[in-house]
Amino acid sequence: MSVFAATLRRELLLGLRTPAEIINPLFFFVVVVSLFPLALTPSPETLRLLAPGVVWVAALLAVMLSLDSLFRRDEECGALEQLLVAPGELYLPVLARLCAHWLLTGLPLVLVAPLLGYMTYLPVEVLDTLWQSLLLGTPALTVIGAIGAALTVSVRRGGILLALLVLPLYVPVLVFGAGSVGRALDGMEVSSVLAVLGAILALAVSLGPFAVALGLRISSGD
Amino acid sequence: MSPTTPTSPILRVEQLGCERDERILFRDLAFQACAGEIWQVAGANGTGKTTLLRILAGLHGFHDGRVRWQVPGARHASAHDQILFLGHLAGLREELTAQENLRWLCALHDQPAAMIPAALSAVGLAGYDDAPVATMSAGQKRRVALARLWLPGKAVWILDEPFTAIDATGVEMIEQRLRKQAAAGTLVIYTSHHRLATDTRQIHLGGQGA
Repeated sequence: MSVFAATLRRELLLGLRTPAEIINPLFFFVVVVSLFPLALTPSPETLRLLAPGVVWVAALLAVMLSLDSLFRRDEECGALEQLLVAPGELYLPVLARLCAHWLLTGLPLVLVAPLLGYMTYLPVEVLDTLWQSLLLGTPALTVIGAIGAALTVSVRRGGILLALLVLPLYVPVLVFGAGSVGRALDGMEVSSVLAVLGAILALAVSLGPFAVALGLRISSGD
Repeated sequence: MSPTTPTSPILRVEQLGCERDERILFRDLAFQACAGEIWQVAGANGTGKTTLLRILAGLHGFHDGRVRWQVPGARHASAHDQILFLGHLAGLREELTAQENLRWLCALHDQPAAMIPAALSAVGLAGYDDAPVATMSAGQKRRVALARLWLPGKAVWILDEPFTAIDATGVEMIEQRLRKQAAAGTLVIYTSHHRLATDTRQIHLGGQGA
């Protein structure tokens, strides 16, 4: 079996054996978005106005929360060490790790987002933009966040440090992601904004795993 | 203490030094190791045995001096593809079975996954292929990790405390395996307080130097 397939298979198995890790970010996402109508106002006009930002911020934080444990378990049991002494580039196994992580934590967010958009009175035609922007944005968030997770893997309880490292890098994704939904709400064309999100994703996927691999090496070298 | 051997060394360590938290673990460490030799890294706790092995395996970049591998058949100068490194952590995820853990490690390290069942029975874990590692005892977990010693394809073994948590018969079995594999041309470098009942070379860390 190739390194990519073997790693993807292992990570998916691990994810399915520890369902809490999949359910927690999804639960967080749904709860945060559902609390806004209670805290602010149930009025459809206001909620509709806030919905793009609320859903996107909640999705961003959900992805970030899921990343703290991305490499920690492997580090604690020595599997990360085995990854680092493996011959060949780390790009493929790291990419497989990130793909599996996104499939288990990011994709459920994309799938449930239209429901939350509907709940916050987003018009049905805007829901398409919502899930499309999240489909392009959440994998980019996973990859960018993984760089921070790799750098903080040897730091016990590095959650805050991870947030400090990663949040500034998340800003462009958030701006274009929430922006695309906002534009759709205003009836403007969104394909150009989605294209920027796609470009960020392409950049993240092509270069991100190298940065993650380097981060893991730096963390383990000390 | 570099012994003269007819074959040329596949590992040359020159002026190796390492500091940790402003404390010198070792300095000016030099030795040459050839294929088929067994080296024991000895020393008291905290003298840098694990650090030395991690440097040799390429995991620890912050050191002085040089480590040069010249392993026949290695694709890179780092010789990563010819090194089997087993750290003091087993590298196994508790949620996965012995077989699943080893299959991933095999894919990662170019070792044949088809031989995993045979390797597991060689370490006395026949029938445990599909047992989650979480249900195993400490000794059994260590045996799962050590099962990789029964998979072919590596010219250098770097083993950190391989005998931890292993019972007497297990220790004997692993010793035999190390001897047999060294006789077949593998360079074995290990740390342990246990001295093999065979011709091993020693590196003493702490105090008297190399």
